[in-house]
Amino acid sequence: MPPINFNDIEVLLPLIILVIWACLLLLVDLFIPKKHKWLTALLAAFGLALTLGFTLSQLGSESNGFCATGKPSICMVVLDGFSVLVNALLLLTGLLGVALAYGYLKRMGIERGEYYTLMLFSISGMMLMAQASDLIIVFLALELLSLPLYVLSAFARSNSDSQEAGLKYFLLGAFSSGFILYGIALVYGATGSTSLSQIFEIASVGTSSLLLTIGAALILVGLGFKVAAVPFHMWTPDVYQGAPTPVTAFMTAGAKIAGFAALLRVFGSAFPNLSEDITPILWALSAATMIVGNLLAIAQTNIKRMLAYSSIAHTGYILMAFVPYGNPEVAPVSIAAGLFYLFAYTITNFGAWGVVIALEQKESKGLQISDYAGLRRKYPVLAGAMTVFMFSLIGFPPTLGMVGKFYLFRAVLSGGYTGLAIIGVVTSLVSAFYYLRVVVNMYMFAGEPKTDNEFWLRFTIAGAALVTVVFSLVPQGLFAWASRAVLKLF
Amino acid sequence: MLLEYLAIAVLIVLATVVALIAIGLGGLFGPKKKTVNKSMPYESGMMPIGPGTRRMPVRYYLIGVLFILFDIEVVFFLPWAIVFRQLGWFGLIEMVVFVAILLVGYVYAWKKGALEWE
Amino acid sequence: MIPLSWYLILSAALFSIGLFGVMARRNAIAILLGIELMFNAVNINLVAFWRYLDPTIMNGQVFAIIVFAVAAAEVAVGLALVISVYRNRKTVVVDDLDLLKW
Repeated sequence: MPPINFNDIEVLLPLIILVIWACLLLLVDLFIPKKHKWLTALLAAFGLALTLGFTLSQLGSESNGFCATGKPSICMVVLDGFSVLVNALLLLTGLLGVALAYGYLKRMGIERGEYYTLMLFSISGMMLMAQASDLIIVFLALELLSLPLYVLSAFARSNSDSQEAGLKYFLLGAFSSGFILYGIALVYGATGSTSLSQIFEIASVGTSSLLLTIGAALILVGLGFKVAAVPFHMWTPDVYQGAPTPVTAFMTAGAKIAGFAALLRVFGSAFPNLSEDITPILWALSAATMIVGNLLAIAQTNIKRMLAYSSIAHTGYILMAFVPYGNPEVAPVSIAAGLFYLFAYTITNFGAWGVVIALEQKESKGLQISDYAGLRRKYPVLAGAMTVFMFSLIGFPPTLGMVGKFYLFRAVLSGGYTGLAIIGVVTSLVSAFYYLRVVVNMYMFAGEPKTDNEFWLRFTIAGAALVTVVFSLVPQGLFAWASRAVLKLF
Repeated sequence: MLLEYLAIAVLIVLATVVALIAIGLGGLFGPKKKTVNKSMPYESGMMPIGPGTRRMPVRYYLIGVLFILFDIEVVFFLPWAIVFRQLGWFGLIEMVVFVAILLVGYVYAWKKGALEWE
Repeated sequence: MIPLSWYLILSAALFSIGLFGVMARRNAIAILLGIELMFNAVNINLVAFWRYLDPTIMNGQVFAIIVFAVAAAEVAVGLALVISVYRNRKTVVVDDLDLLKW
């Protein structure tokens, strides 16, 4: 009889609290009258903050959970610096997501309590992903984070765009899950284990097997779909454009973080030996994603679609950090730079989407880039914040985006991937064209933009703008945290 | 080694051939009289009512989906039941947690009126 | 005993049929069926590997059970989305869902 191990519970404590909270919220929401859904939002935010507190209390502790009896090295979940950092980032994403959604849902007439519950469930999936150390958990976490996102994308029930986005996201998401699953099955077949550390051990003694390589490649394809890397990006613009805007904001940040966490966990801990085969593929994926994402973004007139392509392009930049993942000398710095960039992107991204939400009107009006004309004259603060976000997405100083790109390119160059760094710099220059078009529209042209006064939305935008600028002046602490977090992984 | 399965292969071939012969002979020599009653769709001897491809109310899908969701959880109960004694209290607590989560979903569906037919 | 490779070939064939279904069919429900085929192909793989590699470690079987449950959850969400789209657009053919550029 296996004893009840309290260490296991401790490892997953924040996650367990969040899931219990989400379940209770689902029930409590049934009894909250329609007029008082702000209470659900508040409770969801409180749950996230509580979980964030517990997550931060785990800082510095390292442990494994749910291990095989008698074999303490084969475990289902792991708690380390990386998981704490990523979990904290995910919970921050959730809090920002709630803040952006609250006023928007009311304004669009789609306010229902399930929104927040689904978001909590999705975040628990993402957190589980960050802690996974077994392929079964990776798959489970992937589904737990995806299923609520499919529903959230289709959350505006009377809006055809949103319905369409939900269905498309679901079909392609499930399709990519099939690939990941098949890849996992092949890896399991090649090594006889689903534990990431076991796979690494078995793979490092034998000669490289074709089955293992194919399995890893299939997993890469599936994860490529999830993080929207070219050529698996076809669904991204449609889904990001059609989904309710706060959901899009949440997806672009949260799903990306979780996807990269999975990429790092699976490839970093199980397949470092395959880096000879995988690194060139990652190189090509990253280059293609940067080029295609940035070039297609130029042609867009709808701001949601433009930011969707921008999100694809940023996937490319972050993928850059993963290219040298098999080289233990370069990888820690590179991955730390990637994590920092993820943080920078998350904050900037939420700010930019916040401005989009502020200007969006019913029936998908106010979403053209030309609708931003005249913003400076009518709402100078909003225009200023948007300028900061656009600069940060390009990588102009003094913003987080610039610091992130600096760390990233430096790491890539020190890894010896000069070509990739050049592609990154050139595409960043190209991207300035379409980001600055928004700024030009706001400052140079006349127009009559409309926005509502929503406290939490403004608070988020202002906060994001402030963090984007201030942290760019003192980024060392954060980068040091990221470096410490990934050090143990290699 | 594979020869062990030869009998099954022979059986499959034989069954197919016999069935084909029976149907073929019947079609070749049997009388063919088409009447209205004969060409009606077969509904266990009852008179068919309405067209065959009748649309189901959308409620039916809702109930069906809920059924799948709660039904599939049995695959977790069965292995658990087999090793129930070895797992002891640990297994029992795990199962209580599992059922509690299912119950949350059930209560939600109930309160939302998904189980009402009207 | 039947060699492992037979199961793997069966599974690969099933996976490919599912893949073809997803690519070629235009009806959302048919695409869903294709995806289910892919999932079940994986299940065959998992159980076959479990049986042939080390039957004392239950990973493969447990994974197959989890895949069942996840597939059911996915179908539930998928069908709900299809019904919801049908209510709005009166179609489940993905080619007709062209409000957003596909």
